[in-house]
Amino acid sequence: MNDVLTELAEGISVKLRQDVVAHDIRLGELCLEASAEAIVRVLTYLRDDSACQFKQLVDLAGVDYPGRAPRFEIVYNLLSLRHNQRIRVKIKADEGAPVPSVTRVFRGAGWYEREAWDLYGIPFADHPDLRRILTDYGFEGHPLRKDFPLTGYVELRYDETEKRVVYEPVKLTQDFRTFDFVSPWEGMNLPGDEKARS
Amino acid sequence: MADISIKNLTMNFGPQHPAAHGVLRLVLEMDGEVVERADPHIGLLHRGTEKLIEYKTYLQAVPYFDRLDYVAPMCQEHTFALAVEKLLGIEAPQRAQYLRVLFAELSRLLNHILNVTTYAMDVGAMTPILWGFEERERLMEFHEQASGARLHAAFFRPGGVHQDTPQKTLDELAAYLEQFLKFVDETEGLLTENRIFKQRTVDIGIITAEQAQNWGLSGPVLRASGVAWDLRKAQPYDVYADMDFDLPVGKTGDCYARYLVRIEEMRQSVRIMRQCLQAMPKGPVMVENARIAPPLRAEMKRSMEALINHFKLFTEGYHVPAGETYTATEAPKGEFGVYLVADGSNRPYRCKIRAPGYPALQALEFMAKGHMLADIPAIIGSLDIVFGEIDR
Repeated sequence: MNDVLTELAEGISVKLRQDVVAHDIRLGELCLEASAEAIVRVLTYLRDDSACQFKQLVDLAGVDYPGRAPRFEIVYNLLSLRHNQRIRVKIKADEGAPVPSVTRVFRGAGWYEREAWDLYGIPFADHPDLRRILTDYGFEGHPLRKDFPLTGYVELRYDETEKRVVYEPVKLTQDFRTFDFVSPWEGMNLPGDEKARS
Repeated sequence: MADISIKNLTMNFGPQHPAAHGVLRLVLEMDGEVVERADPHIGLLHRGTEKLIEYKTYLQAVPYFDRLDYVAPMCQEHTFALAVEKLLGIEAPQRAQYLRVLFAELSRLLNHILNVTTYAMDVGAMTPILWGFEERERLMEFHEQASGARLHAAFFRPGGVHQDTPQKTLDELAAYLEQFLKFVDETEGLLTENRIFKQRTVDIGIITAEQAQNWGLSGPVLRASGVAWDLRKAQPYDVYADMDFDLPVGKTGDCYARYLVRIEEMRQSVRIMRQCLQAMPKGPVMVENARIAPPLRAEMKRSMEALINHFKLFTEGYHVPAGETYTATEAPKGEFGVYLVADGSNRPYRCKIRAPGYPALQALEFMAKGHMLADIPAIIGSLDIVFGEIDR
């Protein structure tokens, strides 16, 4: 299995030398890192090349790494029915710089890109219809970012006097608590541990 | 005669509509009776599952998966359990794998019964839903006997299943399956050659194989378009590799073909369940690793370590080594995937849920075009949409 993936990865890296930055195989899954400007070219190649035939975009996910310089990562998970193979392509993205949309390559990408825009605020260039999708009409902020609080900023209720649903700043009767239980049970070296391990 | 320009009518379908299968708001641009453009507005059931999971330990994340596709809860847990197991580098024991396959197929029956019968109701047949829900309730009793809950099971956990299923339940299930096939035959007798049903479904909402792939469709919808693709066959997980079953494939890709595929899948599921019940080995149902599996209650009364492990497991949880995986299984609605990023702590860093209904509903845009308004419920019904998983 891994031999096939290695061969595939090397074939792709040779063909797309300028566009694919790196590739690695972990847990039996092949992952390519591509440059953001070239994503349309990379995915088109992966879709059409006879050795790849990744005709299905099964998933597109944004990931937020607040510590990194381009903050977001966009992950495209592709599936080839012909070769029964999966591949993952990653690109880096930032708040201000739009990423080319891949809706021309995979029609099904439309809603996934809208979702990434909605939840992470990653803009996509040339998207035919980049609106919010999962959050409420008129929602502000991008809720899946790591700096967006879990409890959110507003809550809504039905107002009996105004006869409509109104938004109010969120009021918690108890402060939000995260229980961080990380402890010496695992992942910590204490004096004498080396004796237990040897 | 002077030219008369007629403005298209924009119409709201839902969010409260019995044929919308949940809270779907569909903005339809109508040219008379004909749909020019359909724009689904989703997210009315958005609960932020992915965000919540980032704040929970891996074990606490399991019940959220029940609440995605609440029609077939265990199939979602299956994906998550497999994804975490992959990152942890463990494998569930044999008996757990058999139990998982057994109950995943039972969930498939639950799902297909609900879909086929409500779909029939959408296009005008009342009887199947009355018959189907009786059988569905019986199946849910087995669901309950195994997990303790009718709906939100939290039964498949990373490392195996929560608890062993008594032999009595398995025997009863085996006996029940005989009778279940009769129900499938009877439902088919009501619908398959029914003139009204065929008028409403044949040649409605046709998807070609090319379109299905380009729009990212999977499961029965893809198979009805003539693509023989099933993750249970192509990338088998747990003990599906040992199971002998056939893949129903449709020819026409219309609503009727999707119905036929689901009916046949029910029969195949029964076949798989029978094989599971026959070959079910004895043994543990959870990995024997004190860092992942909770200790037995009896053990906790005597052993101090067991008590500590129990406490730590249910407060801190286990740490999953840093890494990432995209794991997918064949849920009743199609490919259900979890893209899990672990950072070495006790919580997932990112858990993207790929719901099969999401691209299917997106494809409504091109399927609805040019159809009559009355065909929209037929198309929505045949896509098998549940808003728990689409809105997440």
